[in-house]
Amino acid sequence: MSLTQTTPYLQIRATKGWANLRLREVWQYRELLYFLCWRDIIIRYKQTVVGAGWAIIQPVLSMIVFTLVFGGLAQIPSDGVPYPLFSFAALVPWGFFSGAFTRASSSLVSSANLISKIYFPRLIIPTSAVMAGIVDYLISFAVLVVMLWVYVAFGQSAPFIAQFTAPLGISPYDIPQMQAISINWLWLPYLTGLAFVTTLGVSLWFSAIMVRFRDVRFIVPFAVQLWMYMSPVVYPSSLIQNDTLRLIYGLNPMTGVVEGFRWALLGTDTQPSLIIIASSAVAVALLVSGAFYFKKQERTFADVI
Amino acid sequence: MSQLAIKATGISKQYQIGTRQKGAENLRDILTQSLTAPFKRAMRGLRGDANIETHTETLWALRDIDFDVQAGDTIGIIGRNGAGKSTLLKILSRITEPSSGTIDLYGRVGALLEVGTGFHLELTGRENIYLNGAILGMTRAEINRKFDEMIDFSGVERFIDTPVKRYSSGMILRLGFAVAAHLEPDILIVDEVLAVGDAEFQRKCLGKMQDVAGQGRTVLFVSHNLNAVLNLCKRGLYLKNGQVVASGTAQEVIQSYMSTVASIDLDAEHITDLTTHSGRHIGMKSILKSINLINENGESARYFNTGDTIQVDIGYDCGEERCDFITVGINSSMGERVFTLSTLYTPNAPFSFVGKKVIRAIIPQVDLAEGDYNLTLTMGKHAVGNIDTIDSAINFTITLNNYFQTGVVPSQGAGYWMKKSEWMLLE
Repeated sequence: MSLTQTTPYLQIRATKGWANLRLREVWQYRELLYFLCWRDIIIRYKQTVVGAGWAIIQPVLSMIVFTLVFGGLAQIPSDGVPYPLFSFAALVPWGFFSGAFTRASSSLVSSANLISKIYFPRLIIPTSAVMAGIVDYLISFAVLVVMLWVYVAFGQSAPFIAQFTAPLGISPYDIPQMQAISINWLWLPYLTGLAFVTTLGVSLWFSAIMVRFRDVRFIVPFAVQLWMYMSPVVYPSSLIQNDTLRLIYGLNPMTGVVEGFRWALLGTDTQPSLIIIASSAVAVALLVSGAFYFKKQERTFADVI
Repeated sequence: MSQLAIKATGISKQYQIGTRQKGAENLRDILTQSLTAPFKRAMRGLRGDANIETHTETLWALRDIDFDVQAGDTIGIIGRNGAGKSTLLKILSRITEPSSGTIDLYGRVGALLEVGTGFHLELTGRENIYLNGAILGMTRAEINRKFDEMIDFSGVERFIDTPVKRYSSGMILRLGFAVAAHLEPDILIVDEVLAVGDAEFQRKCLGKMQDVAGQGRTVLFVSHNLNAVLNLCKRGLYLKNGQVVASGTAQEVIQSYMSTVASIDLDAEHITDLTTHSGRHIGMKSILKSINLINENGESARYFNTGDTIQVDIGYDCGEERCDFITVGINSSMGERVFTLSTLYTPNAPFSFVGKKVIRAIIPQVDLAEGDYNLTLTMGKHAVGNIDTIDSAINFTITLNNYFQTGVVPSQGAGYWMKKSEWMLLE
């Protein structure tokens, strides 16, 4: 057998200090990333009756509960938008974050068998778990658009509907005029990217820590809940008036995502210029620090998992 | 002149085996320790350094391993449990990093530490082939190209679109191996995947690996099965306590392994206590007290070569009760009785046993095939039957060790007895 110049060469040695991220290697394994992601997607709704319908039912039920509790009972303002739409526009990106983060943070531990039996860049495991959340996200986004159009159609046909609802004492004119589509939608891919970067960043941190400390398993659900109340999901960020406070508030990248969504889709005047810059910076910082921390811990995964 | 495929230099691996707390003097210490320890541990974990605390016990799984493998060589790594074989395998396959040292690998590396890694029970056979292939490092195009071959090899084509959870364990194994067998790396690293499955499956695996070796690929094979190593490997590497004890041709290395294994046993406990043995049948009286196996040099041993004479020393304590016979059954690791010895079958054997004594049975020329065996002991009375019976009272291992002096090793399924025979052509 003759080995030519093209023989792949590899040196195994102990890595010291802050490891190289070796993203080129992740790229070489992109098909594995695809297959793991594909596996997660088809497994998720196996042997369920409703199947992918859960991707719709979950956020819709949350919206109904929020509308009754926060919009109805607590009378929380919603920036002049009907509360169901107001909360659902937040629940779409939030649902992606909470679902993908919860699954990705335990992804390494639940792949213990793979990690102890075969080598591949471990970054692929949480990354594929986060990516698999995108399908659910797109489904719920479609529901959001349909819901928006129903409201818009309702508002546009207000004079017609008024003939029937007037005797009941309900006025369709209460529904604010919203645009079916606007140029601001162009921001949605960026906001989605921001949500993705944030989720991946946090997931890298938590999944790597969970390999050593299973305590994280108990922290995650609680952290997600707490995080939701620190983000403008059930209330508008306009409740926070002080500019300095708003900037600090914007350090939570999900604030930028949620407010951006409402602004782009519903035309609320929460154009998130300042917040979005702060959010983006924090999200990138989370991802980069998470990736390095993950890579530093990676070398001991197989020994401690 | 052949070229280098693997060059390992000074490979060491240190494991931390649990942290030991500094001795707690009083309740206050215990309380404060239990309160602060989690934080200390957490901080240490977050910083990522494992060895900062001095009272941490460490274990060298491997220490300063050096070896070279030429391209196209097949090398078998042998050693007892805990010798560092698996650790070396995990380092070579990049699952874990060495604590120090370097390994240079020239060529595409494929590692098989398990059959069907990453199989998901909810997925169909077809889906699992793609998933498993990707995990092993194949590209989708590569899997597509070999897909039909894989299905043929696995023999599960009828169920290829059925979820794997409906498969029998044998089918899952065959499917997993079908994918693995079509991995085409330059350097193949294989763990004891052959240790699973039935004899036919093992033969298939061994055959496939011989093919791979025949194609001029480099194969690194870790096994307990000396027979398989001898069959498959040209060269060998013997690890003991994390260090290389011997390297050379497979034959030499196995010889060296066998000779040290016997001496290791001398350090071990000589006599197995049977007073409270888990293999004792329910309702039996505990009168069989001890057992020991002794080799031709008069040493206590659990490893023998085919053709060796084995002595069995049985200690008993019948008290006042008189027993009439003692029986020794030799069973294969599959639980089949290979043969039985008894004082009843022996014309001038003792025929009455009282009090506390040791009796020795000598079994000349045990021509058993390579493998693990165990002993069933029975003591009893004519009128009553068995008074004490113990299954798996002791285990021992037989190695062929060039019994036939031809270097040829009978394949699996050649039977329990290795018999020398004479052959001549008749005119």
